[in-house]
Amino acid sequence: MGARAAAQSIDQGAELLRVDDISLSFGGVKALTDVSFDVLRGEVRAIIGPNGAGKSSMLNVINGFYHPQQGEVWFAGSQRRNPKPHNIAHQGIARTFQNIALFNGMSTLDNIMTGRFTHMKQNMLMQAFWRGPAEREEVQNREKVEEIIDFLEIQAIRKTPVGRLPYGLQKRVELGRALAAEPILLLLDEPMAGMNVEEKEDMSRFILDVKDEFGTTITLIEHDMGVVMDISDRVVVLDYGRKIGDGTPDEVRNDQAVIDAYLGVAHD
Amino acid sequence: MSPQFLYTIEVMLNGLMAGVMYSLVALGFVLIFKASGIFNYAQGVMALFAAMTLVGIQNGQVPFAHLVNAVFGTNIHGFGWNLPALFAIILTLGVMILFAILVERLILKHLVNQEPIILFMATIGLAFFMEGFGDLMWGSDIKVLDVGIPSGGSLWLEDKTIGWAAEGSNYYGMYIDKLDIVATLVALLLVITLTLFSQYTKTGRALRAVADDHQAALSVGISLRRIWVIVWAISGFVALVAGIMWGAKSGVQFSLSLIALKALPVLILGGFTSIPGAIIGGLIIGVGEKLFEFTIGPLIGGATENWFAYVLALLFLVFRPQGLFGEKIIERV
Ligand SMILES: Nc1ncnc2c1ncn2[C@@H]1O[C@H](COP(=O)(O)OP(=O)(O)O)[C@@H](O)[C@H]1O
Ligand SMILES: [Mg+2]
Repeated sequence: MGARAAAQSIDQGAELLRVDDISLSFGGVKALTDVSFDVLRGEVRAIIGPNGAGKSSMLNVINGFYHPQQGEVWFAGSQRRNPKPHNIAHQGIARTFQNIALFNGMSTLDNIMTGRFTHMKQNMLMQAFWRGPAEREEVQNREKVEEIIDFLEIQAIRKTPVGRLPYGLQKRVELGRALAAEPILLLLDEPMAGMNVEEKEDMSRFILDVKDEFGTTITLIEHDMGVVMDISDRVVVLDYGRKIGDGTPDEVRNDQAVIDAYLGVAHD
Repeated sequence: MSPQFLYTIEVMLNGLMAGVMYSLVALGFVLIFKASGIFNYAQGVMALFAAMTLVGIQNGQVPFAHLVNAVFGTNIHGFGWNLPALFAIILTLGVMILFAILVERLILKHLVNQEPIILFMATIGLAFFMEGFGDLMWGSDIKVLDVGIPSGGSLWLEDKTIGWAAEGSNYYGMYIDKLDIVATLVALLLVITLTLFSQYTKTGRALRAVADDHQAALSVGISLRRIWVIVWAISGFVALVAGIMWGAKSGVQFSLSLIALKALPVLILGGFTSIPGAIIGGLIIGVGEKLFEFTIGPLIGGATENWFAYVLALLFLVFRPQGLFGEKIIERV
């Protein structure tokens, strides 16, 4: 059974991902130290913490961009060893980036279509010499893409080159590209950073709808505590690369160590 | 119409045809540069190597025959066959694909995330290696490439145009080499195919994705290494086409690899990342140098084709460094 199928067979509320004792450093900089937590199928799991706490690094470990010096990552019941990012996408993990990473030469439609990459099976020779199956597949993928465009309410910018879109919409297209993969686990790195209140509300609504309608498990990084408390089921708190809190939003909010990290010693 | 005017048109058309060749080579550069940020110095040598391989395969030459004979005291030269052109071209294409795989395995894979200048140096090394390897494999003599492309002036065109000049003038019709016409058509077909491929296929989209953003491409499941093999193979194919056309025109010899140098001004005009830029840049330089030679050349002693392209590129660097299609670069402060 492939990793994607294995992940798909996991029950709601059972462990989908676990990171164990992860340590990661860049030269002398310790980005993560002995961090462990789990993500359950179907939940919204937030990672919070001050700037430089190691949140993005954690996401990069999960998605295979960074390989930790120590620790294990378990996905869908098996341990991953030296995974390659493009293989991880095929296992059903999709993501967005803190600094938007869209394909700027392409339209909204093509960006989201490229997100379907893992669902495109026809190889190059087939495409060139035997259009039939390739075309059928293209049509199916197109339908899925249109569903996502409707879902995110971005019909009006379907054909617009994404480089011309305002920031908030770019973030939305990036979410669309990740959704197009029909991920089991969706990683969002600060999906609401730099947005105004209204845009944040829209994005929060989309994230909750993704969870409810598609049953997607979501791990997200967010700065805005209010938003985090509203949309997440459980929260991991990182500070200086260490985990200093883990629990429901209410538990975390009243945790002294967390309060200190946010209020006491501000090190932005 | 005056003969002078008709001559000018003829010169322009011939320039367009020459420009097609520059465009082809520049296209090979752009494909690799877009996908991997590598300026592939070996593009010209790839065209030479592809043409040599094609001739060798077609004429049944035994690869490394000199070496084998010298080491084992044998006296083998050929397999004694003569393959149909199309079959030989397909086999050569296979060799270029193998070449792409080897480049990725032996070079690119080990230089991931290196500075562009390091990668550039690697391609310089690759160019010299291939040059020597090609000679060793197929011999360094000048070869005749004949894949059955018609050549010589188009009589049909001469007949059609001979009457265009004013009555009584000494005009014999327009001279355009059939080979050039074929080259243009083939290049056109190639560009259309590449465009359709990159717009409408999974792999084409993946190529564009990688050109835009490596991290994002990885995150949707695209393997960069696989894409690099594919672009090098496609560039190898483009080099093969350029090698065939150029080789059929002037024989397969070392000078073929020097057309790559002409591609440099083309890239400065068209931009390093623009496929239309490569094509239009190539045509402008082709027409420009022929027209310049025809009009200004006689006044300043001729042989302007050797330097015209470079001077034009230099002017561009001074007055429009972003090229024809690039957006104006404004330094952030
Ligand atoms: N690729 C990298 N190279 C060097 N240092 C890095 C790299 N990625 C992250 N870091 C360092 O790791 C630490 C944590 O960064 P990051 O994970 O981006 O934090 P956060 O997302 O919580 O703001 C910082 O000190 C940062 O400079
Ligand atoms: Mg971050």
